[in-house]
Amino acid sequence: MGALRNFRVWRGDADGGELDDFQVEVNEGEVVLDVLHRLQATQTPDLAVRWNCKAGKCGSCSMEINGKPRLGCMTRMSTFEPEETVTVTPLRTFPVIRDLVTDVSFNYQKAREMPAFAPPPGVAPGEYRMQQLDVERSQEFRKCIECYLCQNTCHVVRDHEDNKETFSGPRFFIRAAELDMHPLDARTDRKNFARQEQGLGLCNITKCCTEVCPEHIKITDNAIIPMKERVVDNTYDPLVWLGRKIFRRDQLAAQSVTPAPKPVIDTADHAPHGSVWHVTVASPLDAEVGADGRMPVSEVAFDRAGAASPFGETVTFPLPTTELTYQHPTEEES
Amino acid sequence: MTETETGARENIERHHYDVVVIGAGGAGLRAAIEARLAGKRTAIISKSLFGKAHTVMAEGGAAAAMGNMNSKDNWMVHFRDTMRGGKFLNNFRMAELHAKEAPDRVWELETYGALFDRTKDGKISQRNFGGHEYPRLAHVGDRTGLELIRTLQQKIVSLQQEDYAEFGSYEARLRVFAETTITELLLNDGRIAGAFGYYRESGKLLAFDAPAVILATGGVGKSYKVTSNSWEYTGDGHALALRAGATLINMEFLQFHPTGMVWPPSVRGILVTESVRGDGGVLKNSEGKRFMFDYVPDVFRKQYAETEAEADRWYTDPDNNKRPPELLPRDEVARAINSEVKAGRGTPAGGVYLDIASRRPADFILKRLPSMYHQFKELADVDITKQPMEIGPTCHYVMGGVEVDADTQATPAVPGLYAVGEVSGGMHGSNRLGGNSLSDLLVFGKRAGEFAARYVDELGENRPAVVKSDVEAAVATAVAPQRRPGGENPYDIWHDLQTVMQDLVGIIRRKHELEESLKRLVDIKERIKGVGATGGRKYNPGWHLALDLRNMVIVSEATAKAALQREESRGGHTREDFPAMDPKWRQVNLVCAFDGTDVVLREQPVPTMREDLLLLFDRSEMSKYLTEGELSVFDSAGKGGQ
Repeated sequence: MGALRNFRVWRGDADGGELDDFQVEVNEGEVVLDVLHRLQATQTPDLAVRWNCKAGKCGSCSMEINGKPRLGCMTRMSTFEPEETVTVTPLRTFPVIRDLVTDVSFNYQKAREMPAFAPPPGVAPGEYRMQQLDVERSQEFRKCIECYLCQNTCHVVRDHEDNKETFSGPRFFIRAAELDMHPLDARTDRKNFARQEQGLGLCNITKCCTEVCPEHIKITDNAIIPMKERVVDNTYDPLVWLGRKIFRRDQLAAQSVTPAPKPVIDTADHAPHGSVWHVTVASPLDAEVGADGRMPVSEVAFDRAGAASPFGETVTFPLPTTELTYQHPTEEES
Repeated sequence: MTETETGARENIERHHYDVVVIGAGGAGLRAAIEARLAGKRTAIISKSLFGKAHTVMAEGGAAAAMGNMNSKDNWMVHFRDTMRGGKFLNNFRMAELHAKEAPDRVWELETYGALFDRTKDGKISQRNFGGHEYPRLAHVGDRTGLELIRTLQQKIVSLQQEDYAEFGSYEARLRVFAETTITELLLNDGRIAGAFGYYRESGKLLAFDAPAVILATGGVGKSYKVTSNSWEYTGDGHALALRAGATLINMEFLQFHPTGMVWPPSVRGILVTESVRGDGGVLKNSEGKRFMFDYVPDVFRKQYAETEAEADRWYTDPDNNKRPPELLPRDEVARAINSEVKAGRGTPAGGVYLDIASRRPADFILKRLPSMYHQFKELADVDITKQPMEIGPTCHYVMGGVEVDADTQATPAVPGLYAVGEVSGGMHGSNRLGGNSLSDLLVFGKRAGEFAARYVDELGENRPAVVKSDVEAAVATAVAPQRRPGGENPYDIWHDLQTVMQDLVGIIRRKHELEESLKRLVDIKERIKGVGATGGRKYNPGWHLALDLRNMVIVSEATAKAALQREESRGGHTREDFPAMDPKWRQVNLVCAFDGTDVVLREQPVPTMREDLLLLFDRSEMSKYLTEGELSVFDSAGKGGQ
C-alpha cells in the first residue's frame, strides 16, 4: 500500500467548475495518469480524462500539472515532494468540455486548411527514391504525436482568443516545414502559405513550444526559424523597405500595403471555411513603428549624407555569388 | 424523436451514409479511403480522437516482400513465413493475398506522404524480424505505427479538401465522428441497415442509416489485467458482430508476450525485449533463485546448459558452451514463469524478476539496451542498471476475430457487414508474425472498402430500412446504467473480469481452470446486468465502461470456451494438459456464435490449401503439421522424396 497524497483536480464543464481536493493512494513508480485512474476507480467514476496508450506515444492525456502543460502518462509522481499537493487542470487554451477534457477541434480545423502532400507528377508508386539524410529533416517533425501541448502553451493563442482565427500554431508550422522539406513534395508555396494563411509572422520565437514538446522536437530552431528566414528571403523588396522608412504607417495603409481580405470565419459553430492557399503572390511586411506612430528615421542622426544602405553597413557589393539566395527560374515556374 | 422506456423524449441524431466504418485505426482509415475513392458517402467512427488509435503503438514495421534488401524475397517466401508462423491454421487465401498485395499497399503510402527510412540507393529500408526469412519490415525508427496512422489521417484530410473544392464542404463525402462509440448494429431481415451509438463528449445518442458497416475496432486486450493494449480494446467489434448474428473464429488464440512489465503500474504491460535475456538477463523468483534450470524440457536438454557456470560462459563463448535456459522458446519461458507464480514464488504484483542489473555493468546495459533504459527511466523511474525488472505475461494481440470471406472481408452470415484488421480472424492462424499486422490492415482495409462500396452499388435503391423499435431498444440498453445510480461500480466488475481472464484464461491454460473461469464469467454476466453509472451523460468514463463491459464479457466467454474445447497446444494457445500440436486439430476452426444469452461453439474444417500453394513447402516440413491423408498431395505431385 502506498501513501496517501493530496490531489487537487479541476472539475466542471463549460458553465464553470472548481478545484476539488482528494486524498488518494499513490504507489512507488506511478505517474499522474495512474493516480487519476485510481480516483476514477475508487472515488469519482465519472471523472473525465482522455488517455489511450499510457506510454507517451498517442498524445491523448495532455493536461496542466501544477500549471505546466504535460502528458499525464509521462509525469512521474516521484518528481513531486511527498507532501506537495498536485494540482491538475485542463488545457487552458481550449474550451473545456468536462473536467480534464477540452475541445481540441481548433487543431483539426487548422489541419484541414493545410494543403496536403502533393505527389510528384510522373513518379509511379514504388519508384520514389529519397536519401536518408534528406528524409530525416522531415522525419523529425513527423515524430509529432499531436498532443497539442505546444498549441496550448503558445502565448499567441493562449492569451489571445482572437488570434485563433489567423494563427495555426506550432504544430502546424512544423507540418508546413515538414512538407517544405519533403524531398518529393510537388508544391513550392509552403513558405508563403505559412506566412499568409498560418500566421507564422505572429510567432516571436519564445521557444515555449519547444520546451513542452514531449517528443523533443526542436520546433523553433528547426522549423519556425528556418521557415521565417525563407519567408523573408521571398518577400524582401528594397523599394517597399524604403517606402516603410519614409511614410507613416497610416499613410502606408492608404497606399499599397492593404492586406488581402481574409475569409470571414464563424468560429461559433466550427463551420469549415476555405483557405486561399492557391494565392502565391507575397504581400509586403508590415512596418515597425515607434511610439509616435512613425518609422524610425535614422538619417537625421546618421554620420554621413544620404540614406543608409538597406543591407546594413557590413555588406559590400557585389556579394559573392555563393551567398546569394537567388534561384534561377525553371521552366515549370516561369 | 423517439420514445424511451420511461416516456421521456430523447432527440436522436440521424445520419445517412453509404458506408459506416467503425474504428479509426489503420484498418478503418484505409477502408474509409477506399470507400470514399469509390464515390461512397463514408462515415468514420472513432472511439478516441482522430489519429490516436492503438495503431500508433506498433513499433516494428510493416512486412512487405518488396525485396529492397534481398532480391530473393518475394510473395511466396512471405506466404511461407506467414503460414509457418500461424502453424498452418491460417486462412491460406488471406495469407496469399496479404503476401501478394502488401508491397503495393506500402508503396501507396509514399504517395500519401509517408517517409520511411531509406536504403543507400534511396529505396524503402527493410528490417529483420522474428520469423521472416529476409529483412522485410518497412519502418520509421521504432515509430512505424505512428507514421502509418498519421499518413492515413492526412490522406483522409486531403480527400476532404478535394470534396471542399468540389462541394464547398469538407464533410460532403467523408466525415470523422471523433469520440463516438457504436453500441449496436441495426439490422433489417438479417441485413445491415445501420448502427447506433453515442457521442462520448456530450452523451448524445445518434443513429446511422447505412447499408454497409465495416468493423475495424481492433482487439480485446482490456479483458486482461496485464496488457499492452489501450482502453479502447474492449472487443467492441467482436461483440457487435456476434450480436448481429455473425461468427468468430480462432478466439482461443491470443498472443501473449512472456516478459511484459507488471510493476510499477506506470509501465504495466509494456514489453521487455527478448534481447535483455540474450544480453545476460536472468529470471529469478521471489526467493532469489534462478529457476529456469528446473524447467528445461527433455527435448531441449542437449542444447541448454545445466549449470549456472556453463550458462554464463555461453555469452562470451557460444561455440563451446550450451545456451542459458532463459533463452528457451517463448512458450517454455512463459510456462516456467506461470508455474513459479502459481507456486507462490512470484512477486507481489504476480510476476518474477528479470535481473540484468546485478550481472552486467551499467555502461554495458546502456550501450546494448539504450531505448529500454530510457523508456523505463522516463516512464517509471526504474533504473534497469540498478534494479531488477518485475515481469510477467502480457496480452498483446488477438489472432481470433470475425469470420470473413478472404477476398472481400464480408461476413458470410450478415450481408453488408465487413470486418478488417485485428477484429477479423483467419489471416494469422494461431500466431501472428511481427510486422504482419500493419500490412494486414493495409491490404484488407483496402479490400473491405472496395467490396463494401461494390455491395452498396449492387443494392441500388433497395436499401434495408432501420426498424424504429430496434433504435428504441438500443436507446434503452445504452441509458440503462444511468437509470441504476445505485448499481454496482463498473470498475469493480471490470477488475474482477480481468482477474478471471488473467489468472484462468491466460498464457498457459488448464482444463479445470478454464472450467472455473466459465463459472465465474456466468456470475460476472449477471452482475453486469446490475451495473450503474452516476454523473450524467457528458464525457462520463464510468458510463462508457459500464457499456463496454458487456462486450468484454461476451468476448471473454468466447475465448474461454474455445480454449477449453481445443485440446492441443498451437501458437497462441497453450494447454498444459495437451502440450503437443495435433495434426487433427489443424483441420479444425472453432466457430463461435451467439444464441442471445450464451456463446455457442461448433467445429468447422479449415479451408484446404490450394495444391500450388501447398507445393511451395517441403513434404518433410509439412509432415509435422498435416495428417497422412493430406500429405498424399506431395506424392501425386512427384515431390514425395523431398
